[in-house]
Amino acid sequence: MRSTLSLKDRFSRWLPRLVLSPSLVAIIVGVYLFIAWTGWISLSSSKMVPKYDFVGLEQYIRLWSTPRWETAVANLFVFTVLFLAITIAIGLLIAILLDQQIRAEGFLRAVYLYPMALSFIVTGTAWKWILNPDLGVEKVVNDLGWTGFVFDWITRPEYAIYCVVIAAVWQSTGFAMAIFLAGLRGIDTSIIKAAQIEGASLPRIYLNIIVPMLRPAFLSVIVLLSYISIKSFDLVLALTGGGPGNSTEMPSTFMFSATFRRNQMGVGAASAMMMLMTVAAIIIPYLYSELKEARNEH
Amino acid sequence: MSTLEIDRVRKAYGNLEVLKEVSISIGTGDFLVLLGPSGCGKSTLLNMIAGLETVTGGEIRIAGRTVNDLSPKDRDIAMVFQSYALYPTMTVRQNIEFGMKIRKVAQADRDKAVKTASDLLQITHLLDRKPSQLSGGQRQRVAMGRAIVREPKLFLFDEPLSNLDAKLRVDMRTEIKRLHARLGTTIVYVTHDQIEAMTLATRVAVMKDGVVQQLDEPQAVYDRPANVYVARFVGSPAMNIVPALLEADGTAVIEIARRPAARIGGIALSADALRRYAGKKVLVGIRPENFSIASTGSTAPSLTIDFDVVEPTGPDTLAVFQLGGVEVTARLPPRQAHAGREAGLAVDTSKIVLFDSETETRID
Amino acid sequence: MSTEARSARRAHQFGRLFIYGSLIALAIFYLMPLWVMIVTSLKSLDEIYSGSFIGLPQAITFEAWEKAWGQACIGTACDGLRPYFVNSLLMVIPAVALSTAIGAINGYILTKWRFPGANFVFGLMLFGCFLPFQAVILPMAQLLGSLRLSGTIPGLVLVHTVYGISFTTLFFRNYFITIPDELTRAAQIDGAGFFRIFFSVMLPAALPIIVVSCIWQFTQIWNDFLFGVSFTAGQSSPITVALNNIVNVTMGRKQYNVDMAAAMIAAIPTLVVYIVAGRYFVRGLTAGAVKG
Repeated sequence: MRSTLSLKDRFSRWLPRLVLSPSLVAIIVGVYLFIAWTGWISLSSSKMVPKYDFVGLEQYIRLWSTPRWETAVANLFVFTVLFLAITIAIGLLIAILLDQQIRAEGFLRAVYLYPMALSFIVTGTAWKWILNPDLGVEKVVNDLGWTGFVFDWITRPEYAIYCVVIAAVWQSTGFAMAIFLAGLRGIDTSIIKAAQIEGASLPRIYLNIIVPMLRPAFLSVIVLLSYISIKSFDLVLALTGGGPGNSTEMPSTFMFSATFRRNQMGVGAASAMMMLMTVAAIIIPYLYSELKEARNEH
Repeated sequence: MSTLEIDRVRKAYGNLEVLKEVSISIGTGDFLVLLGPSGCGKSTLLNMIAGLETVTGGEIRIAGRTVNDLSPKDRDIAMVFQSYALYPTMTVRQNIEFGMKIRKVAQADRDKAVKTASDLLQITHLLDRKPSQLSGGQRQRVAMGRAIVREPKLFLFDEPLSNLDAKLRVDMRTEIKRLHARLGTTIVYVTHDQIEAMTLATRVAVMKDGVVQQLDEPQAVYDRPANVYVARFVGSPAMNIVPALLEADGTAVIEIARRPAARIGGIALSADALRRYAGKKVLVGIRPENFSIASTGSTAPSLTIDFDVVEPTGPDTLAVFQLGGVEVTARLPPRQAHAGREAGLAVDTSKIVLFDSETETRID
Repeated sequence: MSTEARSARRAHQFGRLFIYGSLIALAIFYLMPLWVMIVTSLKSLDEIYSGSFIGLPQAITFEAWEKAWGQACIGTACDGLRPYFVNSLLMVIPAVALSTAIGAINGYILTKWRFPGANFVFGLMLFGCFLPFQAVILPMAQLLGSLRLSGTIPGLVLVHTVYGISFTTLFFRNYFITIPDELTRAAQIDGAGFFRIFFSVMLPAALPIIVVSCIWQFTQIWNDFLFGVSFTAGQSSPITVALNNIVNVTMGRKQYNVDMAAAMIAAIPTLVVYIVAGRYFVRGLTAGAVKG
């Protein structure tokens, strides 16, 4: 029966796959093959130019014995925890407040969200200026008469990472808010009415009923913010340049400077692979569960 | 000539067989309804006729030509979908002409065809609107207009009325019937609504689990259902299926709780069937309207029962009672039945159908 | 009015006050950096060093803007941001157009012409949305080198198009999946083929998601820094790289007003897009939560 298919019909059956294939090739090469390539370099002795030998895990051992990398990992941990906690807290608060039939909601939402449209370089530049102790916020507060006020975190190695957190929170809160708000809007308002009739107060309703219902939104926000924090590179570079000293070094900046500034391509590749594995460990289960759910819905 | 022959057609997705050797054939001008619950394979069959799904085995012939490997556009068919599937960015006119444009029909002919179809369906005033500006019924008409202008050998309808509200559904049903009468085209129509099947079809194919249970005229399907499944699916309220014992003289004996058993004689049965089923358990099929309040002096077999529930519907009353250990519904004239009361009921034996209690197929 | 009702009303009013108060305070916090950038960019350097930070400028001057646009030194060249602004435009426009077009046809195929393994292919592409680009920078630099595209705008267009496909495919796939399959079936019966259905039926219906995709891609590519700084140098850099260079010049007295003007120049295109089409921007953002 199949053999009677005309050549034209057979062509048109394959046409969609044919049209899709260049994209697929681009993704396979640009993502998967390149990852494999980086993985290979991370197992080689490459320094300034790629070398295709095999030295086992030497570069990884070197990486983990570099104090600078340890700083980067510790910073990433501190940064991610604070960044997620604060962004989620403020984002959720704003979303809940905005969900109370607010006048000018559209305008307010736009205000909270606009930093998301900016480049991290712009954000870093702006906050570098604001956090500048000689001329920025510290001086404004001092001029207001509160002369003892000190806010010089950006110049102090032990505190500079918190400056990165502040700027990153400022930029990303709107994103968390948008997802939480979408989640809140998806909740049947009759649930709130039912709880009110039972005598629950509004804060209690949110705490005990609504927030637990936002589980999928929480999942999305946590995953996507973690991803942002792992790859955050531009912000650190623009805000602190990794300094003072290398106190705000992050894996992303470490990878960049190892590869392009210090001629340690092998170590750079190893650090890139570490970043990739971290992201993959978070993202792949997430994508898997999302796709599975999506399939169940159809 | 626009006949349709479905010859031992099968469809499988991997190991999952959704259609098992379906054979149906209809002639020019027939209105075939594929009737069944969701998942019975009726929509799959329709899509295979349209060429939107491949055929695993067997042959489909339209007007005598095998179409198994033809693409939809070469099959000379038109289709109306459940969601109407109107192109959202095109006006009604553009929607109707789209197919003709692709086939490079001249503008003048296109205009003529659009005019004829839109006059017929009374949508001329809507031609410049977008689908989003139309009501459900209007969208339905446009979808039919799009089908009509193709002048196909075969019209396919995939549950076209199920997205409409109850009132509109009845109106559009009449509309489709009128259209069929006027155009005289061959139609294949898929639905799960047995009333649509009864009112529209010249032939009904009742399907279940990928198998055609019965293929016949609607009235025949109603009066002489091939098996218990068809008997229950067609008709509302459904046919009552009551266990009974068949005596050698053809009398069916039905137990009634706390009362003497009902003895229903005079059921039409062939001598052969009588010989085979005498003394055995059978299933008696009685339509609700075949019960009536027994009048004194009538010769029809009667039974005495107690009504449980009585539901007036207006034109008549549905009375529920126990018979042979199952719940049974009778359709009676208004105000004749009262819940909790005893009553004598007569049965129209000429309409009774018997089924084998094992295979559940009809006994003739 | 009973006392109970009165106290309930008072509690309600207090609640509203709290809500609006918090929202306004937060709004001020989020607007403050933009405000500081704008007023600083309009001040003279002397005024800044005399200690004016948050207040309005005493005398508005566009000196810093002119300098940032046409004279500021980036590396050895002192032509301001203008050439880099042009670079970014030359990079962004083709990359946005290409990646959106490819995403549209991919989404169409993955929803309306499903084939065995289509879901797997989609999954492969989806991971590209979350790729830490550090993992591909090295080989990409090699590839661009062997294609003789290192340090060129076409090279950046290629990179952004490839890594944009994941997101644009996701957008269009999730959009087209909401369009009933019956629509393509109806068009097939009407005799339309693969491309005809795409251009006549699907694309006209996809206008909103085309806007979403263009805006998202525009913002992403315009704001990119990593690819720019990795694959270009000197004159061929995009604006984000140039901005970073201006800001990190350490010679002489720091020109904060020029820095802020430069940052504003780099921010204006995406801000304008955001203000004009914020609704679509949010849709792109939340589409990152895969199901959208």
